[in-house]
Amino acid sequence: MFFNSLLTNFAALEVGQHLYWQIGNIRLHGQVFLTSWILLGALLVFISLGTKKMENDPKGLQNLLEFLWDYIRDLARTQIGEKVYRDWMPFIGTLFLFVFVSNWGGALIPWRLIKLPSGELGAPTADINTTIALALLVSLSYFYAGLSNKGWRYFEYYVHPTPIMLPFKILEDFTKPLSLSFRLFGNILADELVVGVLVFLVPLILPIPVMFLGLFTSAIQALIFATLAAYYIGEAVEEHH
Amino acid sequence: MLAFNFFGATEGGLFDINATLPLMAIQVVALTYILNSLFFKPVGNVVEKREKFVSNNIIEAKNKLSEVKKLEADLLTQLQSARSEAQRIVSEAENESDKLYKEALELANNEANASKEKARLEIENQTSAARDQLSKQADDLSELIVNRLILKK
Repeated sequence: MFFNSLLTNFAALEVGQHLYWQIGNIRLHGQVFLTSWILLGALLVFISLGTKKMENDPKGLQNLLEFLWDYIRDLARTQIGEKVYRDWMPFIGTLFLFVFVSNWGGALIPWRLIKLPSGELGAPTADINTTIALALLVSLSYFYAGLSNKGWRYFEYYVHPTPIMLPFKILEDFTKPLSLSFRLFGNILADELVVGVLVFLVPLILPIPVMFLGLFTSAIQALIFATLAAYYIGEAVEEHH
Repeated sequence: MLAFNFFGATEGGLFDINATLPLMAIQVVALTYILNSLFFKPVGNVVEKREKFVSNNIIEAKNKLSEVKKLEADLLTQLQSARSEAQRIVSEAENESDKLYKEALELANNEANASKEKARLEIENQTSAARDQLSKQADDLSELIVNRLILKK
């Protein structure tokens, strides 16, 4: 009886429901694009406000943006290395900002107040399509980074300490995007579900610590995603001796 | 009843992968280019310009500091040599004045001695001359007395 009612309650959370957009033959998850456009729009507005009047003595928003820039540069430089980190810094930074803004936007903005005909708005990173897209971009990037930096010598990496490593390294090329996408997707979706269930069961006070935990997880996931992406690229461009 | 519908649904489900994936990928790539021109490039320019400015200033300050230290050391050696030179001059002058003083003292002593001796000789001469005269007068007087006595007889 209890189990049954719990399931109905879960059902009220509308897990796995989507707002479908049909364009010709293709179908899209409309709620993912709606939230991502709102959040990225806010991000772009924030950034253009901060970079509108750049001064040598930074003030206000420029300070924050410079701190962010410095943070991303440190991340890229430590993982990728002094030589090529400049080429990849915008990509790593975009991943970080996109994931961070999506996670926090999903957690902080009360999307549920906006009613959709089907599905509900939430963090774009709680949709498997988004995280797989990001993870595949990372895979493409590290292949491109390795091949453009070392040419065919990139494949030495697969037999690097010994040729015995070859099957494992090939397997890694599949597990890397898989783990990247599922880690992010799972964490963010789980956070949304936990908060949703708690809000549904106990609407007062109790969900607040879980919400804070969710914010923490969201920030950590953004950092992990960007760091791992940078690490994979760094691994691909690293020179073995 | 079971509304989860995780897998296998033709419509919906958590793992419903469709055209959202490539479109999102394109969107992220576009965002990378937009953020690069809007955020990473301008902020990077400003930050790196400032870092260069600061490091240049630090290098310049370091150069100036080492120059100052060199000049200071130079000055110190100059000061030391000047001091020892001054000391040498002072001691030389002291020696010279000492010598001059001694010479003058000796000269004056000699002169004084000479004039003392001369005076003594003169006194002696005059004394003996006076004594001669006195004894001559005494002789004359005695002769006169003798003559008078002899003539009275």
